Amino acid sequence: MSEAQMKVSDEIAISIDMNKWYGTFHVLRDINLDVQRGERIVICGPSGSGKSTLIRCINALEEHQKGSITVDGTLLSSDVKNIDKVRSEVGMCFQHFNLFPHLTILENCTLAPIWVRKTPKKEAEETAMHFLEKVKIPEQADKYPGQLSGGQQQRVAIARSLCMKPRIMLFDEPTSALDPEMIKEVLDTMIELAEDGMTMLCVTHEMGFARQVANRVIFMDVGQIVEQNEPEEFFNNPQSDRTKLFLSQILGH
Amino acid sequence: MSDTPNLGFVRHEPIPPSPPPVQQAGAVKWVRENLFSNWINSILTILSIYFVAKIILASTPWMWNGVWTTSSLRECREVLQGTSGACWSVLTERWNQMLFGFQYPVEAYWRPTLAFVLLLVCIAPVLFQKLPRKMLIFSAIYPFLAFWLIWGGTLLTPVIVGLSLIAGYMAFVKTERLIGFATGLLSGVVAVALVLYLGSFVTAALSGFIALEPVASRDMGGFMLNLILGTVCVSLSIPLGIVLALGRQSNMPIIKGICVVFIEFIRGVPLITLLFVANVVLSYFFPPGTNLDLILRVIIMITLFSAAYIAEVIRGGLAALPRGQYEAADSLGLDYPQAMRLIILPQALKISIPGIVNVAVGLFKDTTLVSVISMFDLVGMIRGPISSSTAWTGIYWELYLFAILLFFVVCYGISQYSQWLERQLRTDHH
Repeated sequence: MSEAQMKVSDEIAISIDMNKWYGTFHVLRDINLDVQRGERIVICGPSGSGKSTLIRCINALEEHQKGSITVDGTLLSSDVKNIDKVRSEVGMCFQHFNLFPHLTILENCTLAPIWVRKTPKKEAEETAMHFLEKVKIPEQADKYPGQLSGGQQQRVAIARSLCMKPRIMLFDEPTSALDPEMIKEVLDTMIELAEDGMTMLCVTHEMGFARQVANRVIFMDVGQIVEQNEPEEFFNNPQSDRTKLFLSQILGH
Repeated sequence: MSDTPNLGFVRHEPIPPSPPPVQQAGAVKWVRENLFSNWINSILTILSIYFVAKIILASTPWMWNGVWTTSSLRECREVLQGTSGACWSVLTERWNQMLFGFQYPVEAYWRPTLAFVLLLVCIAPVLFQKLPRKMLIFSAIYPFLAFWLIWGGTLLTPVIVGLSLIAGYMAFVKTERLIGFATGLLSGVVAVALVLYLGSFVTAALSGFIALEPVASRDMGGFMLNLILGTVCVSLSIPLGIVLALGRQSNMPIIKGICVVFIEFIRGVPLITLLFVANVVLSYFFPPGTNLDLILRVIIMITLFSAAYIAEVIRGGLAALPRGQYEAADSLGLDYPQAMRLIILPQALKISIPGIVNVAVGLFKDTTLVSVISMFDLVGMIRGPISSSTAWTGIYWELYLFAILLFFVVCYGISQYSQWLERQLRTDHH
């Protein structure tokens, strides 16, 4: 790692120390996590373990009830201005893509830059085409999301987030709703993004991706962080019994 | 082992596509499959043909033998001499009253007629996205122009009202940017009131400036009145309905409460009672001395009524959108007005089109209810002045058929448009 990169990665991108309840149900318990700039974190765990909820808290799609979340130096509070600021700095990709079906691919990508960043339309379109080329579907720019395959839609969703020039990207099970043949094209896009030095938090069960890209793998269960480690250690030498069981189940077939 | 079939299979050459087999076609086959496929179907077909034929055979001579040139029902019956035939002459005699009411000055008929033609020009760019967007400027001017054409008076009145709205909008935009939404709204209202107040001196001084002969609201009538009420109330109740629907979804308890109470109250009350309220009670709510026009009061009531229904239709559309659309809009940093305007409402309104059109068509037909508070709309004219005139008492079929035809043409047109629009907006499956 070059010196410049080392210096950047000294900064802390996200600092989390919080608890969350749904009513009386304690979904996230004493979550304590610092994310370095440029770090790529994979979060895994059984369903209902709170991993999606955790990353949805980072851009305030979910509220936390106790403690604090600081993103890029901005403290997330009930202040709408802070929330909007964080959201415009943090990109997010969803399991079901959530493209806007009434807008073309290009319009999907230019909407937020034009209305939130106040970028001139022409410039926004150029940026959008740049990122559509990066995810390798510039030729689909004038189509509607419904005309694209799932993998293409997810790549558009990534491009749409990138158009806001985010400093952090969140992925919420980006490949879980895809046909097996389309998973690779989305993962390739994400790997490329990681190689460019993007700070990434990714909820996924793609363990090959985790091994290849992540600096750190976090295993969650019942709303708490059970184990975290660098990928090699995590996969080859898991410490807790819960992690061992989980890994044996997802890698065992 | 030799009994086991060999499971291995490899295709070395792909199968080329081939055309589908030729379908058996022809009228006889269609009739046999659709009308006479079994004995129940055959009986139903024959019965239906029998009834349709009976109705056509009974009504055609009556329509065809109709008399077009007499001037009273008695004369018409003399001409017919007991044979079956319609007295269409009531239409040739009274068509103008049915269209414009019996008090609208005859020499001014061109004004509402022109307003109607211009209405088509005005709504064309709203209805058809392919027309040049510059036509929307005319659509914005049209309400003021139509008011001037139909009600008459000096052109200055609508011009000043228009100017006051522009001033209010500009004040709103400036202040909203500097201070905030609520202050902006307030300053907008103040600006409108100020320009209207100053303008009232100008119109008073120059009442003859480019003036048409004024026509009082109580002189409006006929199908024109239905069209005025229908157009104005539909166009006002859609924005109001959107606001109510969003208010009902709001997180702010007071706003939500007001919207819920309003919608549920209006939906729980018959329109006709609201019209009686408009006729009698509403004036008590205004400061003494204000003499609010009856048409205006009726417009307020019908608008509130249909806005509540449209709000519920739109709420259904909002609820039908997947949660992910809200989340995607939020995660991109769009604020609430942007998310609503750019992402949520375009999709929710698209889903709501059939429902909104349903309400609009119903509302347009409900405008005939104003006949019970002694306004002479199309039905009011038929029930009142025409049926009770000495020349035409006792005639019903011809008049009501004419009314049915007018309403049917308009409502069928609206419903056909909405189906076309739904096909146009279908971007998600093709």
